[in-house]
Amino acid sequence: MRIAVLSDIHANREALEAVLETVGQLRPDRLVLLGDIVGYGPDPGFAVDMAIRLVAAGALCILGNHDEAAVHGPIGMTPHAREAALWTRAQLSPEQRGFLAALPFSVTIDDTLFVHASARTPADWPYVTDAHAAGQCLAASEASLTVCGHTHIPALFYARPGREPVKFTPRRNLAAPLSALRRHVLVVGAVGQPRDGDPAACFALLDTDLAEVTMVRVPYDMQATARKIAAAGLPEWLGMRLLIGR
Amino acid sequence: MEKPQAGTVIDGFTLTEKLKTGGMATVWRASHPDETAPLVLKIPFFHPGDDVSAILGYEAEALIHRRLSGPHVPRFVAAGDLARTPYIAMEFVAGTSLAETMRRAPLPAAEIARIGEAIAVALADLHRQGVVHLDLKPENVMMVGNRAVLLDFGLAHHAELPDLLGAESTMPMGTAAYIAPEQVLGDRSDPASDLFALGCLLYQMACGEEPFGRPQTVAGMKRRLYHQPKPLRAVNPEAPAWLEEIVRRCLEVDRGRRYADASKLAFDLRHPEQVTVARRRRDKPHGLWQRLVALFQKRDEQEITGAPTQARRKAGPSIILTAVDLSEGEEPLAGAILAETSRLLAAREDSWLACITVLRTEIIGETRTVDDEGRSLYIKRLVALKDWARPLHLPEERVSYHVIEAVSAADAILRHAERNDIDHIVVGARSSSAVRRHLGSVSTKVVAEALCSVSVVRLKTGELD
Repeated sequence: MRIAVLSDIHANREALEAVLETVGQLRPDRLVLLGDIVGYGPDPGFAVDMAIRLVAAGALCILGNHDEAAVHGPIGMTPHAREAALWTRAQLSPEQRGFLAALPFSVTIDDTLFVHASARTPADWPYVTDAHAAGQCLAASEASLTVCGHTHIPALFYARPGREPVKFTPRRNLAAPLSALRRHVLVVGAVGQPRDGDPAACFALLDTDLAEVTMVRVPYDMQATARKIAAAGLPEWLGMRLLIGR
Repeated sequence: MEKPQAGTVIDGFTLTEKLKTGGMATVWRASHPDETAPLVLKIPFFHPGDDVSAILGYEAEALIHRRLSGPHVPRFVAAGDLARTPYIAMEFVAGTSLAETMRRAPLPAAEIARIGEAIAVALADLHRQGVVHLDLKPENVMMVGNRAVLLDFGLAHHAELPDLLGAESTMPMGTAAYIAPEQVLGDRSDPASDLFALGCLLYQMACGEEPFGRPQTVAGMKRRLYHQPKPLRAVNPEAPAWLEEIVRRCLEVDRGRRYADASKLAFDLRHPEQVTVARRRRDKPHGLWQRLVALFQKRDEQEITGAPTQARRKAGPSIILTAVDLSEGEEPLAGAILAETSRLLAAREDSWLACITVLRTEIIGETRTVDDEGRSLYIKRLVALKDWARPLHLPEERVSYHVIEAVSAADAILRHAERNDIDHIVVGARSSSAVRRHLGSVSTKVVAEALCSVSVVRLKTGELD
């Protein structure tokens, strides 16, 4: 089975449209939206409506911390994220907020667990950035593969019992193998706000038959998104970071 | 899985004969109804429930081997399910193991050069595919005629795959007699490590003994960071100076001074007469006092092995071939070709230039090789070629000159480029003319058929003639 995983769309319409065009060409069997559909970006309404349509067509969608903040208000966020969350909340209709409010923390397909931040205390939104955090995530998951987002930085962790997981950064558009001898944490890069130095939109294509995963990169018109961010009166840095992928 | 024996069928592969039993696996001759070629199955010792660390190396080998192709590796056929029946099925390579040939060492210099060149060509192909072997030793080299086939990727490293094996162990992984100094320190990603190991093989072929012995401990392996082996010709005075020089450049502890490209090493072994033998340097501390000082000034180990060679390879082409037509004397186009060559050479300070000019010969009739004054045309052209290249001010170890007699200049350039694994060709193109458009030019053919990048240099003109 081939599963496309889209994480951290962050209300970036241009990135989402470019990614969905590529996903359409790849024709995966399943589509998973890994949370943070809104926040930071200038098109929250568009992003939520698209998520609603995709879910109606069979996609799975889970909750991210920015989705939660758009419903319940920001708690413990950085000043920029907080400002954007308040703005986002005001942009969304009651139906759109209702959709976000009903999202689950995690979903499972066969032996794969999907969760926005980490299987360890998902509601606290911890970051899986290093081997230690990946180990904690695995300890809280029974699945052989746990798929997270939240960090905006792609990574794949290989773990076997009694050892610290091994971190690997998958190469752009090159399949990374999953090991039959190990369990894995896959951290998917961001569609709408990449932070690994590569400004192209990122999503993961997981192939369970070939036991491999590819971080697919899709260039998009990030200048257009940055202009919209400025026009909406959102913090300027949120547009600038799209241009440099940080 | 049951203990495999002759007649056992695994995933359609029938085991026919046990070839050998190693420390980690047994190797079987095998056949498969879909495969006409003879096969071997490598089956690691593993029983369900065993500690998986026993087959981690096997897992890495299967991941890397399935991504490799070409004439210098056994063709990968299939790998078994890790949890159920781990095995790797591959083509059976019929040839002579270098381990067998090595028993006759010391070998004649010509044979060492022939085998060494074949291994270097095989390594160049492996490195091009992003893989460092990291366990080059006589048992892992099969000679099939003049072609080397590399076996056993159990310790190999792939540039695009996670190094799960390297993450497992803090101990050096490799074979003590051949392991490169940076590999002893845990760096598993530098193709130059294989060139160090090849240097050890060349030394052993020439001397009949390994340059660093067979140390049993990590400390013993680390000795090679601080102590050079006995010079090749101190052990075998009959070995030629060029071979000692090539081995010395392979065994440099500082990777900044070692060969960075297997193709350059292959070139040197192919053209021993082009190898510049460095004057005996006396930069090593020899006196007791100097040795004591060196002992107390022990530098950081990582510093001694120098910077990884990857930066050098990325900077630009290693071997550049420039073809220049000098039959019509000095002309502006030759100057423009020189300028382009100079720019390419500047990209990388250890790059290397082969200058070629073609003496055209006719198919029919007697070939004129001597002009009226009795001087060989060949020599005259060689002098002109060296004069043309002089403004580059290249030291003699960075350049070679070739006057090639051929009917077709394009064929001569292409053949030379392919034989010597050239990275970049520079050729000139005269301005367009009706005849040339009709007959096709040298540069057109070179561009169409070359296996590497080609720069075509043309003088800028205002209009078509």
